[in-house]
Formats: sequence, C-alpha cells, structure tokens
Amino acid sequence: MSRRTADLRVPAALLIPAALGVAILVLPMAGLVARAPWGDLPSILASDEVLTALRLSLVTATVSTGVALVCGVPVAWLLARTALPGRSVLRGLVTVPLVLPPVVGGVALLMVFGRRGLVGAWLYDTFGVSLPFTTEAVVLAQVFVAMPFLIVAVEGALRTADRRYDDVAATLGATPWTTFRRVTLPAVAPGVLAGAVLCWARALGEFGATVTFAGSFPGTTRTLPLEAYVAINAGDSDVAIVLSLLMIAVSVTILVGLRDRWIGASQ
Amino acid sequence: MSRARLTLAVTAAALLAVACGGDDGGSAAPPAGAPATTPAGTVTVLAAASLTESFETLAGQLEDEYPDLEIVYSFGPSSGLVEQVLAGAPADVLATADTSTMDDAVAGGVVDGEPVIFARNTLALAVPAGNPDNVTGLADLANEDLRVAICEPQVPCGGAAQRLLDAAGVTAAPDTLTTDVKEAASLVALGEADAALIYVTDAAAEGDAVEIIEVADAVVNEYPVAVLADAPNPEGARAVVDAITGEPGRTVLAEAGFLEP
Repeated sequence: MSRRTADLRVPAALLIPAALGVAILVLPMAGLVARAPWGDLPSILASDEVLTALRLSLVTATVSTGVALVCGVPVAWLLARTALPGRSVLRGLVTVPLVLPPVVGGVALLMVFGRRGLVGAWLYDTFGVSLPFTTEAVVLAQVFVAMPFLIVAVEGALRTADRRYDDVAATLGATPWTTFRRVTLPAVAPGVLAGAVLCWARALGEFGATVTFAGSFPGTTRTLPLEAYVAINAGDSDVAIVLSLLMIAVSVTILVGLRDRWIGASQ
Repeated sequence: MSRARLTLAVTAAALLAVACGGDDGGSAAPPAGAPATTPAGTVTVLAAASLTESFETLAGQLEDEYPDLEIVYSFGPSSGLVEQVLAGAPADVLATADTSTMDDAVAGGVVDGEPVIFARNTLALAVPAGNPDNVTGLADLANEDLRVAICEPQVPCGGAAQRLLDAAGVTAAPDTLTTDVKEAASLVALGEADAALIYVTDAAAEGDAVEIIEVADAVVNEYPVAVLADAPNPEGARAVVDAITGEPGRTVLAEAGFLEP
C-alpha cells in the first residue's frame, strides 16, 4: 500500500464535481442504513418470505455461475486464442447483455423460450417442457445477464497470460485439450475466479429479465430483488430496506474481497 | 415491463413539471363561449393499470378540447401508485382500482377532499383464444398442471381475485403473481398463461387473443378518483377529474366495458 505521497493540491474544478459524484453513489446506500429498522431486522431476516427468497437466490445464482463457467470459459477462449472469422462481431454479440436493459432480455427470452416461442414451442410439443414460471427460467435469465461478466473477465486474463507455456506444452506433445486443461486454465485461474464472483453477484441481483421471463412466485421464481420490489409496492418499506441492505452487504463484501485479490495479484 | 413503463412516465412527468413550472395557465385567452378558466398546463395523473386504454382515449379528447392542456399518465398497480404519492411523487390526480388502496392515500393525508367513485369493473376468468386447455370455471384454477397468473394480493385485482376464489371455495394454484393486471393480461394473450383472473375490460382490450369464461357470483371493484393535496396544477387536476366523473368519462369507460358507478 506504500505509494508516493499524493499531491494534495486538488483544483476545485475537479474536487467539487468529484464530491458530487461520490455523494450520488454513496448517499442512497447511506440513506438505506439510516432508515434501516434495526430493531426489527432479525425478525424480518428470519421471516419465511425472506428466507425462502434468500435460499432461492443463493441456489439460482450459484447454479447460474456454474452454467456460465462451463459455457462462458470456452467462449472466452475462442475469443482470446483463436483466429475465428467474425470474432469481433461475436465478442460484440455475447457482451450485448452488459448494456442491454435486463427487461429487454426478459422479453427476448420469452419470445424464444416461451411456450409459443421459437425454441419453446418445439420444447413443449416434443418434450412437454415449458420454461416460463419455473426455477430453470430464473437460471436462464441470470445466465443471460451475468455470463458476459465472466466472459469479459476470462478473456482479459487469457489475453494477458503468457502464451509461450501453451506453445511449450504443444511442442512436448500435449493435445490442445490437455494444454487447455493443464496449462492454460491454471494460468488464468485468478481471472476465472474473479469473473465467476462478479457473475455470481450480478446473477444474485438480477431483476428485470427474471420478472419478465420467469414471473414471480414465492419459492419458485421470486428471488431477493423481486421480493424487495413486491415489498415496496405493498408498502412494506421496512422489508424492502432490509432486503436491500442484505444485497448491499453481499455486493460490498464481494467487491472488497476482489479488490484485495487484485492488489495481491499485482504485487 | 410495468416498472419500466412506470419509471419512464414518472421521469417524464417530473421533467415536464420542471419545464412547465411557473405556468399559471392564464397565458392563453379563453375562446368565446368557453368557461372563464380554461384548463391549461401539465396535469400528471397516476392511474390503475386497468384504466390505460380508457384514460388515454379521454386524454386525447381533453387535449383536443383544451390545446394548452397536457395530460401525463403513469399507469401501474394502485398500491404502488399510492406508495409513490405517499413518498412525495409530484402528481395532480390519483385514480385507483379499488377503495381500499384509495383509503390508504386518504389516511396518509395526501388527498384533497373526498374521492369520487367514477366506474366499476368486473373480474373475469380469461383464457387464451380457443381455450386450448378447456378451462370451464374457477375450479380449474386449483389444477397444478394449469399455468395460472393472478395479481399480487395487495394489488386491487389480486384482492378481487381472492374474494372471488373465496366465494367459490377454490384454493388456486397460481404459477406467477403479477405486479399489475396488465401483466397477467399479457401473459394470457401471449399464451404463456393458461388462465388468469383479470378485469373484463382488460380481457376486452386484448381483443381476439383472449376469451372470457363466465363465472357465477362476479366480484365487482369500485374505482375512485381524487385530486391530490399537493397537486402542482390544481385547476387542471379538477378539470381532468370533472371529465373522468362526467359525461366524457362515462362514455369512454362504458365503451371499454366498465360499469357505471
């Protein structure tokens, strides 16, 4: 942490807008803490609705991260290590959900995987499988929104990793699959972990695509953010505040944890 | 979907309120034969989702009649709209889909005067066109295999649904609880829900995509409207409420399938 002493002469033209910027980002969270019903907090946290939503959120975000790892790491590898034609277009396409309003993702998922959707109609007619209103739909919505975070993180790690180890492994007779498994992947493990954690946090906070595509029912599809939205619409602002604090606590813990990781890696 | 619609409308309303601030509405000379005070400026109306089509038609008529008047709507679940008003949303008029949500607003001291009932609406059992699952009545809503959409219990359509189901002695097995009635109506129209409890007017607004199954002992909601105590444009608000409760409103609402108060 020892750095050169920072220059303290900050021009007001920078300091004032910076203070405003920090206030815009930090005040809402401080406001939640100030309004928190601390006395009722344990009973709200222990209520059936909150525990049900919390359990569903933890399970779906974890499963979504697993799916994103299995599918997203190979996508990142394709983008970083191959001369695939149309690679930049592909990169653009798979990272669109980063900037897309999640509701749009939800509508798109409904049009494709809904019971009368392009793929959904076939799934329903052939296997009798119908995705909307199921926990699987929650996972699909979370993967759609969160996997790009993992892909971007892993692709970055793959680009900065030293490729000569891969070349050496190849000259020693390792197949491309063995090289990927035994050499490439261990070298970028910190990047994969950081990507997975970001992906998990984003999946945990997913709202728009979930409510549009998967609906909202306790225990099946109503995750923590949906529970918070239902609570504020119902006038249960205390419950909404407690749920919000819970999600902020998780996010802050993850970001602080990642920051230490990154600093540790750069030293 | 409804959240995005709502946020957009509220943001637009707030911007317009800022842009039109200070407009006392007296700049335009009233046309000959018109009442002494012509409604003008922006009127922000928070209205139950089920009023979407009717109120938009009504706004078109009013804005044609009064060129200086602009009506901005935010449609959503009545319970959510009341929460927004209680939290200080800058709005002029509140119209809810039942009396209990309006009572919350009155109890919160944000309503000016007594709310007026301007329409009634009947809850209906709606199915996708052609009734693919052969739904015959409320008892089918208990079927676990049927995909059922019902409004959240605190939203007026959800409260009405509960009363209807209680009266019929049915314990429904819903697959999703929607934030407002329009969301449930969309799910039926898209064929994603096999059945939903929505208002007759919402089923009608979906046209050929939705069919209604007759149910006995219909549940009817009363719709109240009121000017808000902190209305930025009280004159405009009163003119809009007069139109809603008067002849123009009656006609438009009746065409949409609402019952007279």
